[in-house]
Amino acid sequence: MRDKQIEDLKDYKYGFSTDIESIKAPKGLNEDVIKFISNIKKEPKWLLDWRLKAFERLKVLKEPDWQKPKYPKIDYQDLYYYSAPKSFKDKPKSLDELDPKLLETYKKLGIPLQEQKRLNGIAVDAVFDSVSVATTFKETLTKQGIIFCSISEAVQKHPELVKKYLGTVIPLTDHFFATLNSAVFTDGSFVYIPPGVRCPMELSTYFRINASDTGQFERTLIIADKGSYVSYLEGCTAPMRDENQLHAANVELIALDDAEIKYSTVQNWYPGDKDGKGGIYNFVTKRGLCKGKNSKISWTQVETGSAITWKYPSCILKGDNSIGEFYSIAITNNHQKADTGTKMIHLGKNTKSKIISKGISAGFSDMTYRGLVDISPKATNSNNFTQCDSLLMGNKCGAHTVPYIKNKNSDSNIAHEATTSKISEEQLHYCQQRGLNPEEAVGLIVNGFCKEVLQQLPMEFAVEAQKLVGISLEGSVG
Amino acid sequence: MEQQLKIDFEKNLKDLSYSDQEKKFKETNFKEFLKQGFPNRKLENWKFSDLSQIIKSNIGELAFYNDHSKENQIDKIELINELEHNKLIIVDGKIEKIDFKFEDDDKIEVLVEQAEKNITKNINSLINLNNAFSNKFCKINIKKNYSLKKPLVIYHSTNKNTHFKNINLRIDFKLEENTCLRIIDIFKENSEKNFINVYYNFELDRSSILKNYKIDKIINDNVKYSYNNVKQEANSISETFILSSGSKFFKNEINCDLQGQHSSAFVNGIFDLDDENHHEIKSNINHLVENTKSYQLVKSVLEKKSKAVYQGKIFVSSEAQKTDGYQLSNAILLSENSEFNAKPELEIYADDVKCSHGSSSGSLDENSIFYLMSRGLNYKESKKLLINGFLLDVIEKITDEEIKNLIKDLMGVKE
Repeated sequence: MRDKQIEDLKDYKYGFSTDIESIKAPKGLNEDVIKFISNIKKEPKWLLDWRLKAFERLKVLKEPDWQKPKYPKIDYQDLYYYSAPKSFKDKPKSLDELDPKLLETYKKLGIPLQEQKRLNGIAVDAVFDSVSVATTFKETLTKQGIIFCSISEAVQKHPELVKKYLGTVIPLTDHFFATLNSAVFTDGSFVYIPPGVRCPMELSTYFRINASDTGQFERTLIIADKGSYVSYLEGCTAPMRDENQLHAANVELIALDDAEIKYSTVQNWYPGDKDGKGGIYNFVTKRGLCKGKNSKISWTQVETGSAITWKYPSCILKGDNSIGEFYSIAITNNHQKADTGTKMIHLGKNTKSKIISKGISAGFSDMTYRGLVDISPKATNSNNFTQCDSLLMGNKCGAHTVPYIKNKNSDSNIAHEATTSKISEEQLHYCQQRGLNPEEAVGLIVNGFCKEVLQQLPMEFAVEAQKLVGISLEGSVG
Repeated sequence: MEQQLKIDFEKNLKDLSYSDQEKKFKETNFKEFLKQGFPNRKLENWKFSDLSQIIKSNIGELAFYNDHSKENQIDKIELINELEHNKLIIVDGKIEKIDFKFEDDDKIEVLVEQAEKNITKNINSLINLNNAFSNKFCKINIKKNYSLKKPLVIYHSTNKNTHFKNINLRIDFKLEENTCLRIIDIFKENSEKNFINVYYNFELDRSSILKNYKIDKIINDNVKYSYNNVKQEANSISETFILSSGSKFFKNEINCDLQGQHSSAFVNGIFDLDDENHHEIKSNINHLVENTKSYQLVKSVLEKKSKAVYQGKIFVSSEAQKTDGYQLSNAILLSENSEFNAKPELEIYADDVKCSHGSSSGSLDENSIFYLMSRGLNYKESKKLLINGFLLDVIEKITDEEIKNLIKDLMGVKE
């Protein structure tokens, strides 16, 4: 019975692809493609100009190569930069008008779009390839003045907000992948929480790459105005394909005075097969700006998928008394590689940051924690605490820690600790003595190891994440 | 600079008679240095200390040729009186005196070599520079089963007329089976504004013990770089202690290959910096086989506009099971303009290991000061007492009692 279960789990659960006709932009990266994207989305001229400016900048930028996991060169001319299901040309007015095949896909993914949505009380903005499918729970949110829609919709309906904040955290002149995204981003979510509003529910997006040869370039922009609070969830899956697919998203968070943003990710992109063939390149730029006083941004991530994960969700603590947090679990198995961590940049007075990172590597995988804590001379009385622990399973995998610690302020404190170890024989022995088989024992111990981070996730996600942790490590023991 | 380099290199080649092979070795190294130049912040290893910039702003144009034909005076060099010791006196990168008067003659062999036969490994451009310009290098062999009775003190000095020069020195040590050598490096120059580049190569055979204490205490305007390359066989122990304090800039780099079982490496360091001094310790501990151990402890006290950098790396290869690696760095920032940067790095490919690192930096604990002041000490005394205690932790790690007391005296630290 158990063997069968393992057999089922071994295969990527979300590895189906849906047969839906889609509209694609011509292959390749050039001005025409950018104009095509901009045109099909009926964007105003300033946004097209902005994209073209990014493209100009992209021409002089070089792809970075300092990361630990190396990958074969990506041919950016051989990608489709826009792909949308055909039936989307006339946007559906309500869920009932959606292509039933699409809905079925989501059902397989377990996204609460139909009946489940009310039970779970999650407002979902699902992104299928590059276009937002449907946004639920809009009414409840609209009553409070909360704007939660796709970014293309926001460009049409709230251009003043988009124009004011887009690119303020991740500027056009940033690194290669961020700039590439600025030039060709297709869709993503937009959230605006008005002053003093506490968002009554968890907002959620599900990304999914369907068509082959497409890069997915979403752009998410979340603005929490003075005194507001929002918790945002993001989940990712992609169908099984032999070739590698690129995912280069940009996420910008802006917290004004006394506002708080909590951003949680459960990333389960297709990791490639057990020989390391295929899988997603997850090169995402995530950055939060604590712009106002007493603001807070908290990142929580569970990274189990992708062939290569390369991202550093960061916090720029600009406002006085602002707080940045980063909680991460990264699991790599088989031939997966991850180079992830965070940056905490302390600029304001009395700023605090906390980093808890747990890395688990098994099989032939390779995992790197890379982080920066930078306390500038003006950030008086700031504090940072960092803890990064790694767990190794087998001697074919690697776990690395590369923290950069810069303290330029004598009234500020930085504490950093890191450990690397394996699951001790005693712990395993103890669990097995009490009737657990080795795999269950490992699962139990690993979940305990990750507990500090799992606790940070909203309830619905925590359960899924816990399961994912177990699935990702199947077959790595024994 | 390139023109100057070429002229000086030619002069240097002419000065001494080299065989064709040696010439080739020097030329290859020289070409490599020309290609790379002084390291700058674009290199990961030099991210926090841009040497090329530091030389430009502190020294300006460097000359690379040193005339080694005439003898330098060495009677003016202050020697250590507290401790009986063997001597090695170096002036402007030239060995002026070798004195092993406390030891058995047949147990120590001193060879003077011209150049290596071939480049085994390209380490960095500064080693290339060293290989190209260091005239002769000294090779010291300690014969089997011999422990030196007294420590060897290496005095690094310069002629008082030497300014704006690059000075290179290389010494190789071979410790045969079951030997013990204690080295104290004392940096005390008689001139300013030079770039001093020291390269030590250690080969530790089975069960040998090496203790290297580097003391840079005298305030001076020189820019220094030191590279220790240590290769360790089974059961060998290496202990390195660095007191980094007086120079304008000093980067100490330690590379330790633990290639024999049950070998262990200890690196301890103190940064005691003032003014605008900028110092760095970079360690690379490579655990290559099973059952090896390393321990690193670095503490910093930073005044005024000083800047300390600690980059410690522990590498564990996939064969090196049962590795025990530990690394800790603490820093106290006493002035609002001081700066501490750390990059404690772990690169691990084996699963049955115990590796950890910790790093902290911050101000002096106000509560402790309050406690001491409430017991009648004034602020200055309290501060001094706390810093003493903080640094004493590292000094206590020194395993040699004699030398420990010498360093305590030097630093004015009392128990």
